Amino acid sequence: MNIAKPNSYRSGPDERGHFGIFGGRFVAETLMPLILDLEKAYTAAKADPAFQAEMNGYLKTYVGRPSPLYFAERLTEHLGGAKIYLKREELNHTGSHKVNNVLGQIMLARRMGKKRIIAETGAGQHGVATATLCARFGLECVVYMGAVDVERQQPNVLRMELLGATVVPVQSGTRTLKDAMNEALRDWVTNVHNTFYCIGTVAGPHPYPTLVRDFQSIIGIETKAQMQEVEGRLPDSLVACIGGGSNAMGLFHPFLDDPTVEIFGVEAAGHGLTQLHAASIAGGRPGVLHGNRTYLLMNEDGQIQDAHSISAGLDYPGIGPEHSWLHEVGRVTYLSATDDEALAALQLLTRLEGIIPALEPAHAIAKVMELAPKRPRDHLMVINLSGRGDKDVPQVGEILKGKSK
Amino acid sequence: MTTRIDTRFAELKKQGRAAFVTYVMAGDPDPATSLEIVKALSKSGSDVIELGIPFTDPMADGPSIQAAGLRALKVGMTLKKTLELVRDFRKDDNATPLVLMGYYNPIYIYGVDRFLADAKSSGVDGLIIVDLPPEEDDELCIPALKAGLNFIRLATPTTDDKRLPAVLANTSGFVYYVSIAGITGAAAADANVVGDAVARIKRHTGLPICVGFGIRTPEAARAIAEKADGSVVGTALVDALKNSLDSEGRATAKTVNAVAELTAALAQGVRAAKQAAE
Repeated sequence: MNIAKPNSYRSGPDERGHFGIFGGRFVAETLMPLILDLEKAYTAAKADPAFQAEMNGYLKTYVGRPSPLYFAERLTEHLGGAKIYLKREELNHTGSHKVNNVLGQIMLARRMGKKRIIAETGAGQHGVATATLCARFGLECVVYMGAVDVERQQPNVLRMELLGATVVPVQSGTRTLKDAMNEALRDWVTNVHNTFYCIGTVAGPHPYPTLVRDFQSIIGIETKAQMQEVEGRLPDSLVACIGGGSNAMGLFHPFLDDPTVEIFGVEAAGHGLTQLHAASIAGGRPGVLHGNRTYLLMNEDGQIQDAHSISAGLDYPGIGPEHSWLHEVGRVTYLSATDDEALAALQLLTRLEGIIPALEPAHAIAKVMELAPKRPRDHLMVINLSGRGDKDVPQVGEILKGKSK
Repeated sequence: MTTRIDTRFAELKKQGRAAFVTYVMAGDPDPATSLEIVKALSKSGSDVIELGIPFTDPMADGPSIQAAGLRALKVGMTLKKTLELVRDFRKDDNATPLVLMGYYNPIYIYGVDRFLADAKSSGVDGLIIVDLPPEEDDELCIPALKAGLNFIRLATPTTDDKRLPAVLANTSGFVYYVSIAGITGAAAADANVVGDAVARIKRHTGLPICVGFGIRTPEAARAIAEKADGSVVGTALVDALKNSLDSEGRATAKTVNAVAELTAALAQGVRAAKQAAE
């Protein structure tokens, strides 16, 4: 495809929320006025030093930022190539990067006077982060979660309930993340007068992909400064897993205009790209769903297809629109890792570094196992360790027991 | 350009009564029965027919219409077959306006230009695409108007006076006022509240205003028809259809009649309405 290279990869979206042909505002009229209000509120908040100062305060003392940049010495030795650093987002309060975005959106909701917060969740990490901040600020919280995910992510369901959230198991469609998002949108249309929809990833109608990216960019901003401090220079490559793509966008965005930095996003290849998977860029094409145009898994009639991934957080048939654009302009390389590769990577990191990663970033580690050995020892590679694996321990335990039989 | 929709509303205005607008899902519960149902709608008193395009992820629809779409998809319904259904319907009925209603992705994947040409030649008169607000008019609305199709926009309780002109700017045929902030099949709005909203929209447009969402009975259809230029009923008809199916979700001998009988009763309700003073 012939697409002109932009002067900057960081200037999007345009005023209508487009990244190239991707993005936009494909929502029902009922929601449109609120989306325009949200855009206004966000623009005002960004320009307000008090908003940033308040957020920085909570990021430091409540979330626990900055998250460390950790040199994974034994993983580096084992793979025998690039020098591997882990950006420890799993050490944040609530156990993943999700809290960075939720904090920002909850503070926006407060500015807009909204008292009821709804969210969709796949693995439950976004749901837990939302339930946590709703508890902290005394807001009503309703989380939509596919019934299949409720089953496989029980620890997070219990956490959300303990935090006072109502978890609604979604029985429609494939009963996973996409259906949870449909149901959250239906709730929003119905309760638009008092409800703020806290979207968990860099997708949905404009301005969500932008504001979620901005709130997550702290990951990349910190990484840049920390790498400067320990190595005195930029990293040579970045690797992150992608469902909707918020942890990846948070790490990537501050580096997009640094041409020496290679960037890799890792989608979930499920059982393999010729079978059931969740790799929208590898196996999909541009379409319109959930408020934006982006790469989607669908059939020839435009019907959305079932995604599959061992990781509930990556089990989504779409990807954030800015990723679709970064793919088409060639700035980011999108790879994919299968269920089995992720499972092996989870075990490897756990045994070598004493860090149990969530199944989601295990996909990124799986590709690092291929990328790192091919690179020289002075190559600096950063993996976004976006979440911890505690929530996955019961599921992984079951699978490994099954495999050893 | 005058479409069947414009002609029909002009006739109704002469007769001094409101329109009865019906909605069913194309291909529910199978393409052949669906065609018979659409024919029965027009014979039983439906003045305008909205035909749903099945979609896997109908984010503004309630459980009844979601299930109807999945029933249709399960038997292999597609956008192409939806257009074939319209073509077959047009063989016997060249007067009843037919509007396709659904979500953008199937049309986007079909290809906008090809879709508009095929829709026009099949006998489609207008489009209601739920996830295309005025902000995305370049996608389909403007090309559809150029192709001679009506583009019918939804106005909602959240569409305030400031926003109405933008919503109405490229709207044609009629305005579909969604009586409540919510999904299809939800609770009905109070007829007097609807009356105020219709009056408010009428200050901005000369187009007919039809009201839908939450209208299930002849009495409710009548009450709305006294306040607006048309009553739209969808979920109640889809439920009547569903209740006539066998345990496997297949059509029975009762299916077409079940929809036809409710349509006739609702049509009577609308016809009994006293037309609001202009």
